[in-house]
Amino acid sequence: MENNEIARAIVLGASALGAGTAMVAGIGPGIGEGYAVGKACESIGRQPESSGAVTRTMFIGCAVAESTGIYGLLIALLLMFANPFINKISQ
Amino acid sequence: MQISDFLRGSPDGIDVKGPRVVCSFDVFGVTINLTETVIISWAIILAVTLLLLWLTSGMKTKNISKRQAVAEWIVQTVYGMVESSMGKRWRNFAPYIGALFTFSILGSLVSMLGLRSVTADFNAPLTWALITFVLIHGTNIRTHGIGGYLKGYVDPIPVMLPINILSEIATPVSMSLRHFGNVVSGMVITSLLYFALSAATKAVGVAFLTIGIPAVLSLYFDLFSGFMQAFVFVMLTMAYISNADGREPEA
Repeated sequence: MENNEIARAIVLGASALGAGTAMVAGIGPGIGEGYAVGKACESIGRQPESSGAVTRTMFIGCAVAESTGIYGLLIALLLMFANPFINKISQ
Repeated sequence: MQISDFLRGSPDGIDVKGPRVVCSFDVFGVTINLTETVIISWAIILAVTLLLLWLTSGMKTKNISKRQAVAEWIVQTVYGMVESSMGKRWRNFAPYIGALFTFSILGSLVSMLGLRSVTADFNAPLTWALITFVLIHGTNIRTHGIGGYLKGYVDPIPVMLPINILSEIATPVSMSLRHFGNVVSGMVITSLLYFALSAATKAVGVAFLTIGIPAVLSLYFDLFSGFMQAFVFVMLTMAYISNADGREPEA
């Protein structure tokens, strides 16, 4: 019984740490999207008449670049709200 | 709740739940769960159908009514969007694209009525992504034939076969996870914010924080994000389908 309690505590703590660590994945998309938006602003400044097409393409590119961040977020959510490891401890 | 409780965290915690199961029944030994998502989807389908029936009733060729003008504007916008991003050849896809866009955007926007977003259930975006997956491969087979389609997997060298198969599978997975993740992250952040604001209100005793702040966030997470994700999903669908046919896009 005592061991189970300790195992539970370790799993819960490690899951919380893991959820936080998974959100480091937000760095990459942040940098990438900022870069893409900066380039889009530059090109709109150079050719204001093409702003519609540039904005549309930029949003799609941003959404695609975002997916790695979203995967990190999903792992974090999984660890917080639907922890798959807590059930592996024998009751 | 005191401010110290708030800093320590709530005793019951914040829990994000999946859609509720309204009822479940057995069909030949397979349990079918009728969830909130399905019910809300049916409501959306019914509402859109009734709206469109009303918009298109009594159509004329001359002296058109206001609602006919709205209906024509919707159809023209969808066809224009499909033609500008896929080319004139793909006009037939406009109904599918329009339906997908409408369902996706309304599925996200129902959260403003206090219901659970349809798109916050992974089943919904996955279903749409799988339909798109079938359409991509169907288009590919229709243009290149079965032989040409299968040959595409060993292109340029046979060693690429597993990588090509993986990249084909990754398409629906990434499309659906992107849509789902965006909506769910908005939902989680909104619920965290409601929790924090109500705790802060209880600590301060004046309910000034819960007014206004959730509305601004809802504007972003529900309206902007819902529209953006629907748009991205539809644009990616069009791009993938028109890429599957290897012909040159017409100008």
